[in-house]
Amino acid sequence: MNKTIITVVGKDTVGIIAKVCTYLAQNQINILDISQTIVQGFFNMMMIVDTNGMDKHFGEMADELKLLGENIGVDIKCQKEEIFDKMHRI
Amino acid sequence: MINLFEVVETNEMITKENLDVRTITMGIGLLDCIDSDLNKCKQNIYHKIYDAAKDLVRTGEEIAREFGIPIVNKRISVTPISLIGGAACKSIEDFASLAETLDQVAHQVGVNFIGGYSALVSKGMTPADELLIRSIPLALARTERVCSSVNLGSTKTGINMDAVKLMGQIVKQTAEYTKDQDSLGCAKLVVFCNAPDDNPFMAGAFHGVTEADKIINVGVSGPGVVKTALSKVRGENFEVLCETIKKTAFKVTRVGQLVAQEASARLGVPFGIVDLSLAPTPAIGDSVADILCEIGLEYAGAPGTTAALALLNDQVKKGGVMASSYVGGLSGAFIPVSEDQGMIHAVETGALTLEKLEAMTCVCSVGLDMIAVPGDTKETTISGIIADEMAIGMVNQKTTAVRIIPVIGKGVGETVEFGGLLGYAPIMPVNQFSCEGFVNRGGRIPAPIHSFKN
Repeated sequence: MNKTIITVVGKDTVGIIAKVCTYLAQNQINILDISQTIVQGFFNMMMIVDTNGMDKHFGEMADELKLLGENIGVDIKCQKEEIFDKMHRI
Repeated sequence: MINLFEVVETNEMITKENLDVRTITMGIGLLDCIDSDLNKCKQNIYHKIYDAAKDLVRTGEEIAREFGIPIVNKRISVTPISLIGGAACKSIEDFASLAETLDQVAHQVGVNFIGGYSALVSKGMTPADELLIRSIPLALARTERVCSSVNLGSTKTGINMDAVKLMGQIVKQTAEYTKDQDSLGCAKLVVFCNAPDDNPFMAGAFHGVTEADKIINVGVSGPGVVKTALSKVRGENFEVLCETIKKTAFKVTRVGQLVAQEASARLGVPFGIVDLSLAPTPAIGDSVADILCEIGLEYAGAPGTTAALALLNDQVKKGGVMASSYVGGLSGAFIPVSEDQGMIHAVETGALTLEKLEAMTCVCSVGLDMIAVPGDTKETTISGIIADEMAIGMVNQKTTAVRIIPVIGKGVGETVEFGGLLGYAPIMPVNQFSCEGFVNRGGRIPAPIHSFKN
């Protein structure tokens, strides 16, 4: 298991989840968990994904998702899970 | 499993509160580069550093990208050059040429600073130590990325006052040699008492002789994160205040520990230490002085500042120590003037003076740091300021340092701009009374007694 956290933040619009999930499916990235809220009209989503089956490098995925985000007006970030795990778990 | 709230908290620390890893510093031992032939010695140094650190910057950038945490600086520290060049260098020029070699290899591997143009003279100076010290002004004027440090005293040995006197002259000379750049050379020169062997922060980083051949040390940062956390507990008592600082320091340090372990594994170099220092930058909101204000002071320098800083420093350590498997370096809050917007503001307002800064250095790392003084400040006065700071370190068994910049051609009321992380500073007034008789005595101040501690 190679866990990555994908966060999507931006103005809510139709099809954000669909577009991100399509990209993930095309790249054999498995979604383990999704949580999402809308705060003051701002879309805030976190996905925990497993990138074990992915052929691409981490950086390539991060760049492509960032670009995809820019096209739909949201900010998409990819970070390996360890940074959150280290900070919030003893 | 990690939840949305935790992810948002971490990312807000990074994007809004300037959380970053301040530096990954690779320590490289150069003892095996010693040769009596100067050219051979230079070749050895160049190749050893290049081979060890050629992937350092790329690896740092990869880690930053994968974890989404900025790693601001990638740096190198080396064994004190007075030990390495002693056999080959017969003149000031010889030593300065070694500094040029360090500068070349730093450019080649892409690090922004290389530390270790240093001498350890806490008890006495060898001829090589003295030559290196005398070559510092030339070396810093001729190079861009080389940092220099000199250890002048320790709790175990006392203070080498001959070297303190000499460093007063060297600081002044370094200022003269780099006067076209507002005496920038002095920003890359620091003197220490009780210098640590594993400090990752510049200008004082060097790779001590007790260290392994290569080592990865990491310095964390995060004053903005502490300040934001404290803004949520305004008016609460000291217990709540201290707990909040501890928890925040824990989180910040865990990021440093993660980055250190990753860098160590990817570079195949053992992990040394995480340095727990709160290191400010000139960026708005990335200020230790702002934390002091958040604790309840109108400005840094107001009565209560020393107590607030002592508290802050201690809680950062208490939180940080548990977050990392090995802690070392300087580990404490830094209070540089030019690199901290809140400190600059406090000086400009008149709230913060050199004397108050000196008091503050008794309870935190590191010392009088990045302080600009008038260019006509006497050499002996600089030596006197250094001696005072060394005494604080010696008696309190802690590291203290002085990085003071007599800005040639400028006086009190003017401002000096160093640029980048070094920031800008108002020139501070210096006590004008003489200490010549004291500084000119020569010899050593004996080591202090280690009992009867009052």
